[in-house]
Amino acid sequence: MLMSEERLVQIQRAVADQKLQRAVYSATARLKEKRVEVVAEDQLPEYQELREQARLIKKHALENLDYYLEQFEANVIAHGGKVIWARNGDEAADFILETARRTGANMIVKSKSMVTEEIHLNDRLEKHGLETVETDLGEYIQQLAHEPPFHIIAPACHKTRQDIAEIFRKSLNVECGDEPESQAALARRTLREKFLAAGIGISGANFLVADSGAITIVENEGNARLCTTAPRVHIAVTGIEKIIPRAQDLAVFLKLLARSATGQLLTVYTSFLSGPRRTGETDGPDEFYVVLMDNGRTKLLADREKRESLHCIRCGACLNACPVYRKIGGHNYPSTYSGPIGAIITPQYQGVMSNPWLPFASSLCGACAEVCPVKIDIPKILLDLRREVVAEKTKSGGGLERLAFRGYSWLMQRPRLYALAGRLAAIGAHLPFTTSIGPAAKWASQREVPMPASESFRSQWRKRKGAK
Amino acid sequence: MPGRVSLFVTCVVDQLFPRVGMAMAEVLERAGWEVEFRADQTCCGQPAFNSGYHQEAAGVAEHFIRVFRDAEFIVAPSGSCTSMITHHFFDLFPKDAAMYEEAQYLAPRVWEFSRFLTEVAKVEDVGARLEEVVTYHDSCHALRELHVKDGPRRLLSKVKGLTLKEMSIPEECCGFGGTFSVKFPEVSGGMARTKIDSIHETGASAVVSIDSSCLMQLQGALSRAGSKVRTMHLAEVLASR
Repeated sequence: MLMSEERLVQIQRAVADQKLQRAVYSATARLKEKRVEVVAEDQLPEYQELREQARLIKKHALENLDYYLEQFEANVIAHGGKVIWARNGDEAADFILETARRTGANMIVKSKSMVTEEIHLNDRLEKHGLETVETDLGEYIQQLAHEPPFHIIAPACHKTRQDIAEIFRKSLNVECGDEPESQAALARRTLREKFLAAGIGISGANFLVADSGAITIVENEGNARLCTTAPRVHIAVTGIEKIIPRAQDLAVFLKLLARSATGQLLTVYTSFLSGPRRTGETDGPDEFYVVLMDNGRTKLLADREKRESLHCIRCGACLNACPVYRKIGGHNYPSTYSGPIGAIITPQYQGVMSNPWLPFASSLCGACAEVCPVKIDIPKILLDLRREVVAEKTKSGGGLERLAFRGYSWLMQRPRLYALAGRLAAIGAHLPFTTSIGPAAKWASQREVPMPASESFRSQWRKRKGAK
Repeated sequence: MPGRVSLFVTCVVDQLFPRVGMAMAEVLERAGWEVEFRADQTCCGQPAFNSGYHQEAAGVAEHFIRVFRDAEFIVAPSGSCTSMITHHFFDLFPKDAAMYEEAQYLAPRVWEFSRFLTEVAKVEDVGARLEEVVTYHDSCHALRELHVKDGPRRLLSKVKGLTLKEMSIPEECCGFGGTFSVKFPEVSGGMARTKIDSIHETGASAVVSIDSSCLMQLQGALSRAGSKVRTMHLAEVLASR
């Protein structure tokens, strides 16, 4: 098999874990149902047009990425901020560490950012003695539990309230009830002190608006607003693909993002941040930086066929729709990005042979593409990636599988032999050992094996015609 | 005015569920169509295509095109195989203009069985009778690539004695996914079990679909779970009287 034994065992364990399955199913079902309600024809008649608009805007922005990124940078500078170009996690972390040294900061508060998860920023900062605190409630729980996020927008959705109470008890040394309200209140009290003590606030960005040099952040807890305004320095770390040309394009994306992600019409907070505090303003940081990460994105951009993977606005709708994600959970994908979107971007960032099994871990049901607000054709990209894996494996011979498919192809172009082979297989299927080897055994591990009919259709048809 | 249809009896139906092919032929004949079966047909090539073996799939697709080149209507008891032909054959011939054109010429003539009935033959009541409570499973490729959703339900609603009880997740994948079912058996099996829970909740005694592959997966899981619920292809329901 293409997968490590360890991964396989973990997946089997996740599928068999009833408590985990219940938690994931109820969390994803809730998000899924709410989304369906708010994009319904009578609620948002222009939904399909919005998706197409969003796709076209993203496509245009990516095809002219160089232009828009430079426009964005010029506008950020004009507002008194600075753009840092980071090829990878090292360069991003170096800048942040340097900034911490220069400003004397030893505590950093963070709001939700998948890009910083992607480059394992917290580990890098903590290694240098910087206390780094996640302030999104779900991310905070995950940080205390020493786990990466389980879901793109609901990082702790696999945990029950009892789990969370236990985590708080253990790591904060406080008694905490099972009610979400008291848990949120406890986190709020603890985090408030961190906000006040932090020298640097790190955020992600949902959109980088080229024509205004602003970053847009959507959130529900207000923690991102605190992270970006309370500390003296604000650093936004984000991917270069987040660019959109014009502020007015937000009219399309904001309508789609919250609806697709949480089924809200709009998130509780939508922040537009452009530059540090200006004279006369009461809020905002003294210094404002945007770290623009490549980390494999330009490699992906060079691939015309699969470039649309970069359209993703990280709403997580494909995870909720995906029956495979819901079975194996968010921790069995090889990178920070889980679910269908993870299955297509991880192989493109890391190379298809780093996890050759990943593109195959899909029934190609298409539920992901159906809900994607920017219309990424995920099943098609999975098929392209499968083809790339096969091409790579063929270089070293291709093994038994290639032989089997060549045999299949040969046989299917020879109808008489196919008919004969079918009958032979029908006899073979009745032999006792047949279901204990190869694919049949894998099938039989979960389901009863269908028995071939005693007479094939073609043979029955011949007789029927003869009788008429 | 009914004419002649050419059956594409998929390899799964040919070898494992021939009764589905016979039922399909019967329903079409009852609706007044002349039915032929071209004995040289084999498979649509989907197993190779979905596994990343395009060249191998292309050989099978070429064979398919040769067999059905001059057929006016080609009808198949599967949304997945139909979609392979109508939506993916093109992908197999990126550099072969002649075959690409053939694939293009073929695509609009290939019909999934229920769509053929509702959109070409324009029949909904085929005179079927079945005293049974059934639930309907939306097969993924039929639903999302061919947009087959209401047609089978309309056909079922005209079957005398039949009651359709919808499950809570009719559109969720059964977990088959071709080679996925044996490459990731635990995940595939888990998906099937989620689906059969939802089937059981309806109290139906049969689950109906337009794809025999989904039904093979569901039947396998139902039997393993010791369930009495049986699987039926839409053609079998419509052929009942």
